[in-house]
Amino acid sequence: MTGERRVVITGLGLATPIGIGADAYWEALLSRRCGVAAIRAFDASALPCRIAAELPEFSLGDTIPKAYRKAAKVMSRDTQIAVVCAYHAVRDAGLVTSCMIGRGEAPGPPNLDPARFGANIGAGLVCADLPELAAALNTAVDERGKFSHDLWGSVGMGNLTPLWLLKFLPNMLACHVTIVHDAQANSNTITCGEASSHLAIGEAYRTIARGSADVCICGGAESKVNPMALTRPLLYGRLSTKGNDDPSRACRPFAADAPGTVASEGGGLVILEALDRAKARGARIYGELVGFGASTNTTSWSAPDPTGAPVALAVNHALRDARLTAQNIDLMVAFGSGVDAFDACEAAGWKTVMGDRMAQSHAVAVKGAIGVNGAGSGAIDFATGVLSLHHQTVPPSLNTESAATCTGLRFAPKDPLDARIDTVASVAYSLVGSQVAALVVRRYRE
Amino acid sequence: MSRRVVISGMGWITPLGHDIEGVWKKLLAGESGVSPTEIFDAKRYPTSFSAQVKGFDLAAFLGSDAARHAGASRNAAFALAAAQMAWSQAGLQRHDSLDPARVGIYLGGGEGPIDFEPFVEAAIAGCRDDEGGGIPLDTVRWAARAMNVLDAVRELEQDPNLAASHLAVQFNAQGPSLNTLTACAASTQAIGEAAHMIRRGDADVVIAGGTHSMIHPLGVTGFSRLTALSTRNNECIRASRPFDRQRDGFVLGEGAGMIILEVLEHAQARGANPSCEILGYGSTADAFRITDIHEEGRGAVAAMRMALEAAGVAVSDIDYISAHGTGTQENDKIETLAIRRLFGPRAKSVPISSVKSMLGHLIAAAGAVEFITCVLAIRDQVVPPTINYDSPDPACDLDYVPNQARRAPVRTAMSNSFGFGGQNDTVVVRRFDA
Repeated sequence: MTGERRVVITGLGLATPIGIGADAYWEALLSRRCGVAAIRAFDASALPCRIAAELPEFSLGDTIPKAYRKAAKVMSRDTQIAVVCAYHAVRDAGLVTSCMIGRGEAPGPPNLDPARFGANIGAGLVCADLPELAAALNTAVDERGKFSHDLWGSVGMGNLTPLWLLKFLPNMLACHVTIVHDAQANSNTITCGEASSHLAIGEAYRTIARGSADVCICGGAESKVNPMALTRPLLYGRLSTKGNDDPSRACRPFAADAPGTVASEGGGLVILEALDRAKARGARIYGELVGFGASTNTTSWSAPDPTGAPVALAVNHALRDARLTAQNIDLMVAFGSGVDAFDACEAAGWKTVMGDRMAQSHAVAVKGAIGVNGAGSGAIDFATGVLSLHHQTVPPSLNTESAATCTGLRFAPKDPLDARIDTVASVAYSLVGSQVAALVVRRYRE
Repeated sequence: MSRRVVISGMGWITPLGHDIEGVWKKLLAGESGVSPTEIFDAKRYPTSFSAQVKGFDLAAFLGSDAARHAGASRNAAFALAAAQMAWSQAGLQRHDSLDPARVGIYLGGGEGPIDFEPFVEAAIAGCRDDEGGGIPLDTVRWAARAMNVLDAVRELEQDPNLAASHLAVQFNAQGPSLNTLTACAASTQAIGEAAHMIRRGDADVVIAGGTHSMIHPLGVTGFSRLTALSTRNNECIRASRPFDRQRDGFVLGEGAGMIILEVLEHAQARGANPSCEILGYGSTADAFRITDIHEEGRGAVAAMRMALEAAGVAVSDIDYISAHGTGTQENDKIETLAIRRLFGPRAKSVPISSVKSMLGHLIAAAGAVEFITCVLAIRDQVVPPTINYDSPDPACDLDYVPNQARRAPVRTAMSNSFGFGGQNDTVVVRRFDA
């Protein structure tokens, strides 16, 4: 739209099962590392799915000022992941926030105005800490062995820490991040399942373009590797129960017989910045965000639209927003969860949009390596597209050699592929619910 | 000139009823929707009362379509009913020419209520050994029971984007749909962002609002542990008392508020008669502490200022403020301070009220319901009261329209919502003048 400000990507902060930090992730992706393994977080032996993609060890304390370490006690795993991502994004962008000053990593003053620094962070249904909650509930059992509201109300609930609820509100990801980095402008939390990150990045893009903020930290984070979060998608048939003996082959995007996805944890936060500001401070520019489009599946809230029309509509909206056409797309970042029905619909959507261009354009899908974490998945996809653009390389897509050829998606074979990449389109959609969103990134040119 | 965004329909499901006019009359009469909690057995909970939606039947709103949404959570059902009301009021059902790709959704929808009984059954099974003795959670024992007793649909319905997804199916809204969950500020944020969506041209019509029910055992537990709830169990209809010196916390409510936002040209082209226009929106983060509001209301002042600037109006133009006014000591004191800081001498002469005194706190849905009361105040030139206001608090020294509704000239109103963690959102709405 005319009169809007241009928006560029100046920082990437990733926490993925194959690497924390954008560089570590990119290297692992190029070397075809897989993050899926037997679950370590808890004993999952009684569940039909016993594998997941968990994060490598990280030290939260290394990503926040010392004075904030006390607050870590009220952070859910999801929030911790967001805070880790935020640190990496801010550092990667060369932003001097209160966190970087507080940690002694940069001398003050900040190089951005807190009142013009916003946050748009995608979050999931943050699960209560089950061992803590179950132990408390178990104190409210009467002599017949039944849960008693009278016992719970009068005594049992007192076993929960007073701040218990605050750990699990979805907006706590954004709240902790805004406190740690002193971001006082528009703060939003998008909760639309796997579409959350794309929608959050799109909203942040609009926020800067219209002038409500100059810099936004945006994306999403979630952990599905806890008993409740893993059991829920098992119940509604999203997870593979066939890969327990061969974890690294469990998630196979676009395979004709894709047995389901693999639960994961992780996230990504990216720094979006008004172009004039980024240029003024001499920031490295990864690329320009030029298009955002969203749509909704109106055929169902629990199954995809078989025609792929919502995917096509979102990508077309984003292309129109970018004043580009499918002919411009050099790389498609597919969501490709490994759930066959969803993958088939997505492929149909891409085909509708791309037509003949399918045969010239490349594709990448990373879920074979890192699974699906929910609200943070899209941001990792988006960052994958941005890194591909930056390095002019199509990374390999693990476990896509069995992708049905009828999809027409051209994934890189085993090795990374040098390619001329000018424009990247990325799509994401919720695996429960109806939201779809797409983003288009271009190489920055004056 | 940017596109103007008008309100062409409204609907709500509240503890005082399920229709716009009936509930509005009760609000103006100062009635309370608070009563002992019946949704679950709360009689021994620290707080045994709440503001519940009663006698609700989705089929009364959707007719035979209700069957399509048979598994809908309480949240999603409230949202469907309120949206149907708003959609009909907007006259949209008669307009088949509506382009579905230009219809969007922006909700502040809460998570669906937890499916408590099976959840507890599995939790307890996981904490008992073979002899029934208590043990730390054994996830193997837990999983064996959980996979049997948890229900796929009732689990799926807890995802916070499900209400928006039900609406998309019901109203064939194929445009962008988003759900924000910024705690108690969510639906004010949704309305503000929805207006931006239209202004920019990403949609022509948006169903915006919020829906939430946290009146379930763990929701009440969470707020009780935070000591955020009033514990005035012996006189519960007197418990919600925003700005009163004797206030001791908020009263948990539930429900939904939905509005149809529309670009002016679209509304006029189909002969709709918009009553009000969204003028401005401000959103900020305190970026201060998770547990406390900034002592000087820094974020609240900034959000209100941003909304005024976006609206292009001065503090002297604001005729009414619908306060966040929860009835907690901290919120009401700091909100008052924030209004005083921004409005200066004008603060004392603006009528301010909190309908939470009558409806309780609808959490994610609160902002939408309160926004609707602003539109009605503008329409009828009357402001709703803050009930249960008996004893002035020196820290809350503004005009809270105590106990009695008041006739007042209202052309422009401001609605505030502030959420846990320092989320601040303000919307400014004005009578529509062509």
